[in-house]
Amino acid sequence: MSNVSLDASDSSKANEDQPQNNNRRRFLTVATSVIGGVGAVGAAVPFIASWNPSAKAKAAGADVEVDISKIEPGQLIRVMWRSKPVWIVRRTPELLASLANHEDQLRDPNSEVEQQPAFAQNRYRSLKEEYLILVGICTHLGCSPQHLTDGDFAQYAEGIPEGFFCPCHGSKFDMAGRVFQGVPAPSNLVVPPYQYLDDTTVLIGSEAETA
Amino acid sequence: MRKLVVSLLFLVPGLVLAAGPGIPLDKANYDLTDKASLQRGAQLFMNYCLGCHQQQYQRYQRTFQDIGVPDELGQEYLQFTGEKVTDYITTAMPQEGAAKWFGAPPPDLTLVARVRGADWLYTYLRTFYVDESKTFGVNNKVFPNVGMPHVLQPLQGTPRETYEERMIDGEMKQVYVGLKAEGGKLSAEEYDQAILDLTNYLVYTGEPARLEAESIGRWVLVFIVVLGIFVYLTKKEYWRDVH
Amino acid sequence: MSGFLNWIEQRIPMMRVANMHAIQYPAPRNMNFWYVFGFLATIVLVNQILTGIWLTMNFEPSAERAFASVEYIMREIDYGWLLRYMHSTGASAFFIVVYLHMFRGMIYGSYQKPRELLWVFGMLIYLALMAEAFMGYVLPWGQMSYWGAQVIVSLFGAIPVIGPDLVVWIQGDYVISGATLNRFFALHVIALPLVIVILVFLHIIALHEVGSNNPDGIAIKHKKGSLPESEKTKWEIHEYYTSKYDIADDVVPFFPHIVLKDLIAFSVFLFAFCYIMFFAPEMGGYFLERPNFEIANPLKTPEHIFPVWYFTPFYAILKAVPDKLFGVIMMFAAIAALFVLPWLDRSNVRSWRYRSGLHKWNLIIFALVFIFLGYLGGTPQENWKITASQFATVAYFGFFVALFLYSKHEKTKPVPTRIPK
Repeated sequence: MSNVSLDASDSSKANEDQPQNNNRRRFLTVATSVIGGVGAVGAAVPFIASWNPSAKAKAAGADVEVDISKIEPGQLIRVMWRSKPVWIVRRTPELLASLANHEDQLRDPNSEVEQQPAFAQNRYRSLKEEYLILVGICTHLGCSPQHLTDGDFAQYAEGIPEGFFCPCHGSKFDMAGRVFQGVPAPSNLVVPPYQYLDDTTVLIGSEAETA
Repeated sequence: MRKLVVSLLFLVPGLVLAAGPGIPLDKANYDLTDKASLQRGAQLFMNYCLGCHQQQYQRYQRTFQDIGVPDELGQEYLQFTGEKVTDYITTAMPQEGAAKWFGAPPPDLTLVARVRGADWLYTYLRTFYVDESKTFGVNNKVFPNVGMPHVLQPLQGTPRETYEERMIDGEMKQVYVGLKAEGGKLSAEEYDQAILDLTNYLVYTGEPARLEAESIGRWVLVFIVVLGIFVYLTKKEYWRDVH
Repeated sequence: MSGFLNWIEQRIPMMRVANMHAIQYPAPRNMNFWYVFGFLATIVLVNQILTGIWLTMNFEPSAERAFASVEYIMREIDYGWLLRYMHSTGASAFFIVVYLHMFRGMIYGSYQKPRELLWVFGMLIYLALMAEAFMGYVLPWGQMSYWGAQVIVSLFGAIPVIGPDLVVWIQGDYVISGATLNRFFALHVIALPLVIVILVFLHIIALHEVGSNNPDGIAIKHKKGSLPESEKTKWEIHEYYTSKYDIADDVVPFFPHIVLKDLIAFSVFLFAFCYIMFFAPEMGGYFLERPNFEIANPLKTPEHIFPVWYFTPFYAILKAVPDKLFGVIMMFAAIAALFVLPWLDRSNVRSWRYRSGLHKWNLIIFALVFIFLGYLGGTPQENWKITASQFATVAYFGFFVALFLYSKHEKTKPVPTRIPK
């Protein structure tokens, strides 16, 4: 820009009665460019904003209500939330008790990495200990792990009868969704925000407002 | 020159739409910022129109948000179809059957205000009259032979054409002076207001972004003026070298 | 930094091209407001391409979903309504600036030697633009989309022998259908924009080869060695031009002088554009026709079918002729006549400033006739309009005939060799 104005003043016919005012010229050039730049940014807004989830996507991704009264102890059910599988497991007291036994083999036993709402930063990674609610997507590359029970999990993790095993790249998680050491997955499974509407109904998608 | 004439041509309203109904349309002084009116209009729509006409491009939730009704209240008082507040405003009436009953399927009303215009709607809904020769026993002044019953009759009452004796060319003649309704829940003024509310609502659903567009538009125009002033001054400054 | 730029410059001549075609391009200093419409057309083209790309992200080209997906864009995409209105307003704005750009060329004789090909490229852009706009108007799949397509495609049915088969082939069906919509979509979003961009590129290359005309129609490039040093321009002009010609002291560099002038026009244009877009996107039914807010219905023709306003002059010519084939021929002849304008005008004087009163009136009447035809083609048929449109059609072609006849021995004013101060 400044180059051009210098060129112009050098090569133009010297116009004696109207002396060049380079300060004014510089100010106007910069001011106009800045305003034009602001305009360009403003014009970009609709283009950028239109990539947000549409009302349709938001409607499809709305909170999901699940009736958990029918889940047997030890059973896992799958529901869809935002087109992702969400697992709800009703854990037995024995299983809950066993969670403390293998914490030395875990990468992040205390859930320090933020993969869960604050209410689930505990050994059970849940609001109510009995019910584990997880997004069933491996934190490695997005496969959905398998739920292995009745001792099947022990072939991958010695002495632990039950857990989640990802068939894609062999990542392993315990029954609180905590990742084991020495597997490709970097962090624990994600706990979605949820809340209990009453004793038998859970709403997946939003946390209770802290009153 | 040509630019001037072209722009003048654009200013002449209604050239394209010059051919319309036989009677002049009443002006609908609707107000999209009047949320109470929009809410009343929505209530009329859901109670009287939605039985046959859907608004399949508009969601309940968006409507509730824009007309200022909380989702829970809306679902309770305004939503009679669909399950979720995010559902589209559709009717359960099978469209094929409807085509048989009415001659044509009842049109979707999401965009009706953009097709017909607010004035047309406002006039149309106020000019049904008794005509026993028609299937539904009514006819309409702006849409002759319309295949639709006068669903708002409980509100308006029974509208009939009225005539007056008038002296024309030395002869007494029966002259049509307008429509008069009797026996409805609403007075004539109240009915007009109700129809205005309904029209307002339909104008809203035709273009839900209207108010947002205008509020953004004002700022954009102000910005362009500022930009224009600076561009003009800069141009003047650089062109001093030339003149 | 400058080392890096040099490294690039030695491999691809970015600065050289920028200097040659933008910064140090010699532009006549007397260019007036008529000369901004080319710049504006470029801006609108960019707008159409960008908003068009964004609209395709959510538009669904099928007879079942097209109409609904446009309403989906209008209601459920953040700022979707704005992107759509930018595109729909841009379509009409494109034709406004292009028509003004063309009329500029006519009054200042910008099509004359040596700018014949420049004009022809411009006409090709105009033609491609009409096809682009027509196909774009079909996409929302409203009533006007459908019936407008029906009418225009039927025109090809007037061609003897192959006509009816050709129509079916274009439609890909026995009526306008989803198949037609899909192929129009492909042409509208890929094929024609590509053609238009290439043609615009050629248009600009051709312009820069022969140089810009100006309101006086006077050459700014003179034979090498014919101008004394004192009469040559003092501005820094690219050597591509100065090595071949003496550039008179009648020019300014394109940047910043012409660019700033264009930017003023851009601000005014943008104000009008945004006003329409935000406050009256339907423009009283001209930019977005009312029946097009109703989904296409093959069983019910709207009461009145009009093409969008920018096609109505030619539509009026079509309607004026009582014979189908001849009407189609006349309509295409109306466009073809513009193509050969450089060879119909046999005068050596370019600008109407130095031409006869007859020529000025011929141009003005032509413009008025064109607008009148637009009015006739865009309003419901009435009896008087049939005769009127026949007169107007004759007058339209009369412009070209008259021009051809009088231009050879036209009484013109003496043209100065340098642009008057």
